[in-house]
Amino acid sequence: MTAIKEVVNRFGKEEALLLQVILAVQDADPQNHLSEEAVNEISREMNISRSRVYSTASFYSEISLKPRGMHIIRICTNAPCENANKASILAAIKQELGIKIGQTTTDGLFSLESVNCLGACYMSPAIKIDDAVYGDLTPEAAVAIIRNLRKEYQNEQNA
Amino acid sequence: MNKMLDDDQIFNISPGRHVDLDHHCQNGGYSALAKALAQGPETSLKEISDAGLRGRGGAAFPTAEKIKMLRANTEKLRYIICNADEGEPGTFKDRFIMTHIPFQLLEGITIAAFMAGASEGYIYVRHEYPEAQKILRESIEEAERRGFLGENILGSGFSLSLKLFSGAGSYLCGEETALISSIEGKKGRPRLKPPYPTQAGLWQKPTLINNVETLANIPKIIEKSASWYRSFGTPDSPGTKLISLSGDVQNRGLFEVPFGITFAEIISEYGGGAKTGKAIKAVNIGGASGVLIPPEMLFTPLEYLACSKTGITIGSGAIFVLDDTRSILSNVQNRLRFFLHESCGKCTPCREGLRQANLILDRLLAGEAVRQDVSTLERYTRAIQEASFCGLGQAAGNSLRSSLAYYRDEYLASCRDNKPSFIEEETA
Repeated sequence: MTAIKEVVNRFGKEEALLLQVILAVQDADPQNHLSEEAVNEISREMNISRSRVYSTASFYSEISLKPRGMHIIRICTNAPCENANKASILAAIKQELGIKIGQTTTDGLFSLESVNCLGACYMSPAIKIDDAVYGDLTPEAAVAIIRNLRKEYQNEQNA
Repeated sequence: MNKMLDDDQIFNISPGRHVDLDHHCQNGGYSALAKALAQGPETSLKEISDAGLRGRGGAAFPTAEKIKMLRANTEKLRYIICNADEGEPGTFKDRFIMTHIPFQLLEGITIAAFMAGASEGYIYVRHEYPEAQKILRESIEEAERRGFLGENILGSGFSLSLKLFSGAGSYLCGEETALISSIEGKKGRPRLKPPYPTQAGLWQKPTLINNVETLANIPKIIEKSASWYRSFGTPDSPGTKLISLSGDVQNRGLFEVPFGITFAEIISEYGGGAKTGKAIKAVNIGGASGVLIPPEMLFTPLEYLACSKTGITIGSGAIFVLDDTRSILSNVQNRLRFFLHESCGKCTPCREGLRQANLILDRLLAGEAVRQDVSTLERYTRAIQEASFCGLGQAAGNSLRSSLAYYRDEYLASCRDNKPSFIEEETA
């Protein structure tokens, strides 16, 4: 059984579960996105038109139709973070990764995105990497977190 | 004169403290559910009505009135939805409730469902809160195992099936009709009201939608009575409010304050005042969709009536302080860009109006604008606020409108053709 069929079977085929199925399929994708093949298969399995699947998927900012990195770095752009010197954090991350917002590093390890609010204004500036939120950041701390993740990945590769 | 609350009165929100089910029960948790089930929905609803609880998501609608609307509906299948799509920039209160006191929230949802006669429900949590989702999922399972949720709750014959639903990154889904549309598997776009969700909500069935903080208030009111609840706050606005305090203050964080306290007191007593050596220039109240007010207005009490008189929107209870080193214009633009990104594009005033307003702010910040642009911006702001389809567009103009009213000089000072007012008078 394909992974997508499994997800659909786990959630159910009701139209109401479309968004949850899309999120689960994206989560299981090594490139953190919803591929064309995935859209086709969800459409077939749930008996929902492809255009409806695209319509729902393209509306939400946490769903990506293009491949992304293994780790997704989201930088918070709202006013409390902006005022807490978000710009210097963003500059340091951009320099460390050599990419701009919306891009993925050539090794496929990191994607950089902006997010409208992390609900972490009490520890601004904040970023979110995958499921973890990091607050009260300095440019050095942000770079250190990224280097750690890269090291972890390299250790896993060597192990 | 209001004082700081001695203890956490309604919300146990000390940082780092997670209240598990046993701990919740030891503190009187789930006694309210047992009491509600025993005394029946009408008596419980009267307690909520007497307590004067109002919606804490922003609209401040009387909670008991909403539940009464469902009770008046003849349709038997009814839903309850807990709106946990907290996306308002500057706000983080619901996240704390979900991660720190999840069972108080679940108990509140269950009592509200019982009063409204709902048998199925969802907690719609934004995708940006994976930790809250995980804790709630586990808490729902645990509550089911212990008989506090699911079939035949506490042997009463009342059943509630509650599921967690993840959002996928859309601020607009906090709007109730957009949220319903999202659960139905569609784009999260708002629809025309009426019919209100209490009449035709999820799958066209009567639906009760309440914010996390509203629902988490309910067990305490049932447990300790409406008169106890009214011992906090003011006659117009009883109880307490969770305040998300951020920006240029000494202590940022989440605080539970009694209604009636002034904004100045919140900032000085809880926030420790402005950062050392700085003066407060402006305070944003109610998040990105709220207003920007000058320090003189901070003596307004946190109270629905008093705030509506002065044009302050309490909203979700976010307070964001700007000191005198900050630019009002770039702050307003930050908000404007937020709404521009989150606009669903359904209606023209919101979609195009925000875009044009943003272009004018670009020009103002680049020093290329003329005074005429400021009047144009004012006109656009009116159009955005008055003609937008849903609350997003209507509220998007709040910080523009208030900043144009209170900080007009700063707008004019950045205009290319700015000149002292006496010259203008001479030529006029």
